[in-house]
Amino acid sequence: MTSVTVDQIPRTADGVPLKVKLERAERRRKLKAVGLVLPLFLFICLAFVFPIGVMLFNGVHDDTLLTLMPKTTAALRDWDGKDLPDEAAYAALVEDLKVAWKEKNAAEAGKRINYEIPGARSDMLSSARKASKLTAGPYKPAMIEINPVWGQPDIWGVLKRGGSAYTFYYLLRSLDFQYNAASQVMATPADTAIFRDIFLRTLVISFAVTAATLLLGYPVAYLLAMLPLRISNLLMIMVLLPFWTSLLVRTTAWVVLLQQHGVVNDLLMTLHIISQPADLIFNRIGTVVAMTHIQLPFTLLPIYSVMKTIPPSHVRAARSLGAGPFYAFWRVYFPQSVPGIGAGCLLTFILCLGYYITPALVGGPTDQMISYFVARYTNQELNWGMASALGAILLAATLILYYVYNKLIGVDRIKLG
Amino acid sequence: MKKSLMMAGALTAASMAVALMVPVTPVMAGDQLSITSWGGAYQMSQRKAYFEPYAKQAGVKITEEEYNGEIAKIRAMVESKSVSWDAVDVDTPTAVQGCAEGILETIDWSKLGLDRSKFTGADLMDCAVPTILYATVIAYDKDKLANGPTTIADVFDLQKFPGKRGLQKNPFVNLEWALIADGVAVKDVYKVLNTPEGVDRAFKKLDTIKKDVIWWEAGAQPPQMLADGNVVMTSAWNGRIYDADKNSGKHFAIMWDAQGLDWDWWAIPKGNPRLDDAYKFIAFASSPEAQADQTHYISYGPANKDAIPHVDPAILPNLPTATDHMSNALLVDPQFWGDKGEELRQRFTAWLAK
Repeated sequence: MTSVTVDQIPRTADGVPLKVKLERAERRRKLKAVGLVLPLFLFICLAFVFPIGVMLFNGVHDDTLLTLMPKTTAALRDWDGKDLPDEAAYAALVEDLKVAWKEKNAAEAGKRINYEIPGARSDMLSSARKASKLTAGPYKPAMIEINPVWGQPDIWGVLKRGGSAYTFYYLLRSLDFQYNAASQVMATPADTAIFRDIFLRTLVISFAVTAATLLLGYPVAYLLAMLPLRISNLLMIMVLLPFWTSLLVRTTAWVVLLQQHGVVNDLLMTLHIISQPADLIFNRIGTVVAMTHIQLPFTLLPIYSVMKTIPPSHVRAARSLGAGPFYAFWRVYFPQSVPGIGAGCLLTFILCLGYYITPALVGGPTDQMISYFVARYTNQELNWGMASALGAILLAATLILYYVYNKLIGVDRIKLG
Repeated sequence: MKKSLMMAGALTAASMAVALMVPVTPVMAGDQLSITSWGGAYQMSQRKAYFEPYAKQAGVKITEEEYNGEIAKIRAMVESKSVSWDAVDVDTPTAVQGCAEGILETIDWSKLGLDRSKFTGADLMDCAVPTILYATVIAYDKDKLANGPTTIADVFDLQKFPGKRGLQKNPFVNLEWALIADGVAVKDVYKVLNTPEGVDRAFKKLDTIKKDVIWWEAGAQPPQMLADGNVVMTSAWNGRIYDADKNSGKHFAIMWDAQGLDWDWWAIPKGNPRLDDAYKFIAFASSPEAQADQTHYISYGPANKDAIPHVDPAILPNLPTATDHMSNALLVDPQFWGDKGEELRQRFTAWLAK
C-alpha cells in the first residue's frame, strides 16, 4: 500500500503538487515586494547611509601629513616627544620639504599643521622655500636657523601624530580639547574654545523653539479638533498655507517685519509704546521668533491628528460624572493627547538642531548654531575634518536625545495620527 | 534565493555608486565657455563689457555661474578632475591660496599676448590676471545722515555716530581699519598687524563697537541695509554703492578715507580641458577697450593701465583709483593675507561667536 501516499498529495490540474505551486506563487509575490522596496532601499543607501558613513570616517581619518611628509612622519615614529628629534628626523624633514616645494603642496601640509599651531602655515611655506636651497647637512642647526619653530617640540608633536592616518584631533577640538606637544589631551585655550558654548546654544535655542511651538500650537490644535469640519478646514488652510511657503521666503518676511524701521517697530512707535526702535532682529529674539513660526506646523499637526482620534464622549462622560471643565480636560483629554505632543515636540526639536539658514539670516553672530560652523568649515575654511567631526557629534547628540526620550516617554507612545 | 537576491542588490548598488563617483567629463566642444563670478551688479557689468561682446566676436556660447568666493568649490572640482569652470573671477586671498595649493593654472603671459607690466599688481601673482581694483569703503545715506563720517576713526566713534554699523563678516580690511582708527598710520598697518600685539590691538579696537555691528556676507547686502535704515553707515564695495545711486535713485555717499584697495583676478582652475579658450577669453577681457567699457556699468578701476585713457572723463572721479581718493588709501597686502589669513580668520570666527 505504499503507492497510495503518492496519490494522496493534492495536485493541480496540470499535475504539479499544490504545495510546490503555492510556494512558487509565494516566491513571486515576495520578489515583487522586494522589487518595489529595492529602489528606495538603494536610494537610502546611496543618499543617506553612504554619505553619513563617509562623514563619520572623515571625522577621524586624516592622512594629509602621512602622504605629504612621508619621510618625516616615518622618522618620528620612535621619537619620545620630550626633547627635539635627532638629525635623521631633520634630514627627513628637509627631503620632504624639498619635494613639497617642488610639488607646490607645502601649503597644504602647512594648513593641516596650522589647525593645531596657528601661524604654522606661513612657517611651513617659508621653511619649504628656504629648505629647497639647502644642499648639505647637518640639517638640525640649519632648519632651526631657517625658522625657530623647528627648535620647539610643538610642531614635531603634530608631525609625529600625523604618522597615523587616524586621529581624534577633530573630535577633541569639537569639544574644546586639543593635544599638547607631548600628545596629551588638554583644554583648548579660552580665546578659541567656542564649540561647547555653541552646542549648548544649539540645544537651548532648539528647546526654546520647541516650547514656544507647543504653547502656541496646542490650543490651536485643540480648537481645530473641536470645531465643526467646515470651519476647521478653513482654519487648517491658514495653518498649512505658510507651511507650503518656502522657508527662505518666510525667513525674509521676518526681516521685513522685525528690522529697525520694519512693520513691528513702526507700529510700536506710532502707538507710542516705545520711543526708540527696539532690537528685534539679528539677535536671539529674531532667531527664536522666526524659527517658531517655521516649526509651528510640525508641532501642531501631529497633536491635531491625535486629538481627532480622541472620542468627545470621554470628556462628556467625565463631565456627567461630576468633573469640572478643567479637571475633565486635564485628567481625561490631555493624557490622551500626550502621544501627539511627544511626536510633535520630538520632530520640532530634532529639526531645530540642524537649523542653518534662519539663524544665518535673522540671528546675530552669537546666535549661530552648530550647522553654521559645519557649513563654514566645509565652504570657507576647507577643514572638512572639523566639519565632519562637528556633524558626527551633532548626530550622536541627536541619537542620545532620542534614546533618552525613548527611555522616559517611549517611542511606541508617539503617534502621528 | 534570498541571499542571491541580496547579492544582486548589493552589486547593483555598488555599480550605481561607482557610476555616480566617476567624474562626468565636461563637454569638450570649443563653442562654449563657462565663466563664474560674484553675481549682482558686478557680474552684470562683466556681462555687458566682456561676456556679450566676446560671445559675439568669438562665436561661443557663454554659460554664467555665480559663487560667493568659496575656494572649496574650485578645489573639489580640481581634485575630482571634473573642472567645469573655465574662467573664475577670484578675490586676492583665493588667488594666493589657490596658487599655493596648486589648484590654479600658472598664467602664461606670452600665451595671453599681453604686457604684464601694464597691469597693476600683476607681478604679485603667478596664477591670476588682475582685472579690476575695487575699494572697500564706508558708505552712508545722505538722506538720513546729512553730516556723515569723514575719517575711519568716525566708524569706531559711537558717541559721534550712535547706531548700528555694517561691516563685512571677515577680518579682511576690518583689522586694518581698527588699527588706523586706533592711530596707526596707513603705511605702517601691515607692519603692526604682523605682530601678535598688533593683532590683539586690532581686536581690542573692534571690541569697542562689537555690540553695534551688523555683519554682512554678500556684496548686495550693504546697500540694502542702508536703504532699509538698519545701519547708519556700512562698509561696502564702492561699485555696489555707485550702482545703487545710479540705478536705484539712492543718495548714498562714499567716504574714501582709508579705502581698502584690492583686486579681482581672472583665474583658471587647474586641469581645465578648455585651457586655450579660457586664455582667449581672459585676453579679451583684459584688453584696454573692454576694461574701459566696463567702467560704464560699474565704478571699479581697470587693472590694465592702458585702459585709463579710454575711460569716459565723467566716470573717472567715481573710480577708486581717482587721484583724490588715493591720498590715504590702504593697498591690501596679498602676501600678508596669504600668510596670515587662515590664522586670523580662525581667530575672527572665534571672536565673533563669543
